[in-house]
Amino acid sequence: MSFINYSSREINCKLVYYGPGLCGKTTNLQYIYSKTKADAKGKMISLATETERTLFFDFLPLSLGDIRGFRTRFHLYTVPGQVFYDASRKLILKGVDGVCFVADSQMERMEANIESLENLRDNLTEQGYELDKLPYVIQYNKRDLPSAVPIEELSEMLNTTRVPEFEAVATTGIGVFDTLKALAKQVLTELRKGS
Amino acid sequence: MLTPQLVMYEDEVRQMQAVADRLQHDSRSQAVLVVDKNGQLIAASGSAHELDTTSLSSLVAGNVAATGGIAKLIEEEEFTGQFHEGKGISVHMSIVGRKMILVVLFDKNTTHGLVRLRVKKASTELETILDEVAKKAQHPQVNVFAEITDADIDNLFND
Repeated sequence: MSFINYSSREINCKLVYYGPGLCGKTTNLQYIYSKTKADAKGKMISLATETERTLFFDFLPLSLGDIRGFRTRFHLYTVPGQVFYDASRKLILKGVDGVCFVADSQMERMEANIESLENLRDNLTEQGYELDKLPYVIQYNKRDLPSAVPIEELSEMLNTTRVPEFEAVATTGIGVFDTLKALAKQVLTELRKGS
Repeated sequence: MLTPQLVMYEDEVRQMQAVADRLQHDSRSQAVLVVDKNGQLIAASGSAHELDTTSLSSLVAGNVAATGGIAKLIEEEEFTGQFHEGKGISVHMSIVGRKMILVVLFDKNTTHGLVRLRVKKASTELETILDEVAKKAQHPQVNVFAEITDADIDNLFND
């Protein structure tokens, strides 16, 4: 749910990075944080366990600039990927404006990808959304790993609705901003339609 | 879409700001924030400018959402209030009109009792304003973003 504040002339949108455990959602945000100018970002918050696994969410506020006199701000969130944190994932999807599904390209994580994508659809439905009606992109992360599944196969398995898809290596930043831009554009385009 | 945009116009924001200012003064608290349940800051008063209000708003919303999740699990409708007691600063959070969170940060200059008392009054005032917001949402104003062009959007990413 985008928030338009006519008083401060700001548009605020919420983007959520979803995906199986250890697929690189937090790494995406960390890279974006590290490469964004200080005046365009807020503090990055990670609610993580002692072993650096996301416990509740990561949060990164970004300010992109003005559009028609309104400052556009994106609030980036990740969900905890581990299966048993499902209750937390549902909470974070509340008020979402756009979703990026981060898939782990490794062969051994295919089942986890599919399970997580189904979980995303189910959790959105529970909140009254439909994934196919939301701004939505897919990122195939960890393209540099030897066991990475060919992109065509991944696409066939995970991108059945043919949404924009990107190859990425989040640790080095490849594809990270392309993914974010594509999603942000979809969300802003959605704003044209109004509520 | 099920949840439409939240649109706040100047009148309502100004009124909410006035409520926050009054609450901060009357409760002798340090800062007051009005945050929507999704973590967007609507109004801030007192020493809020010294705080990272964006992060604070997001965490407050996460906290309230998690508490709401607990309520659901134990079949309680909603926990309307939360209180975190610190050595120096304490935080009182309460849900207003099911949509907003009123956050009060206070120190030894006041008491939790006084904060709660003043919050009650402010909540009623905020609920009235929220009703206005809901009424306006039923009669949407002109969408100023209808004219956004692809070039406008592309320009945001030019750096």
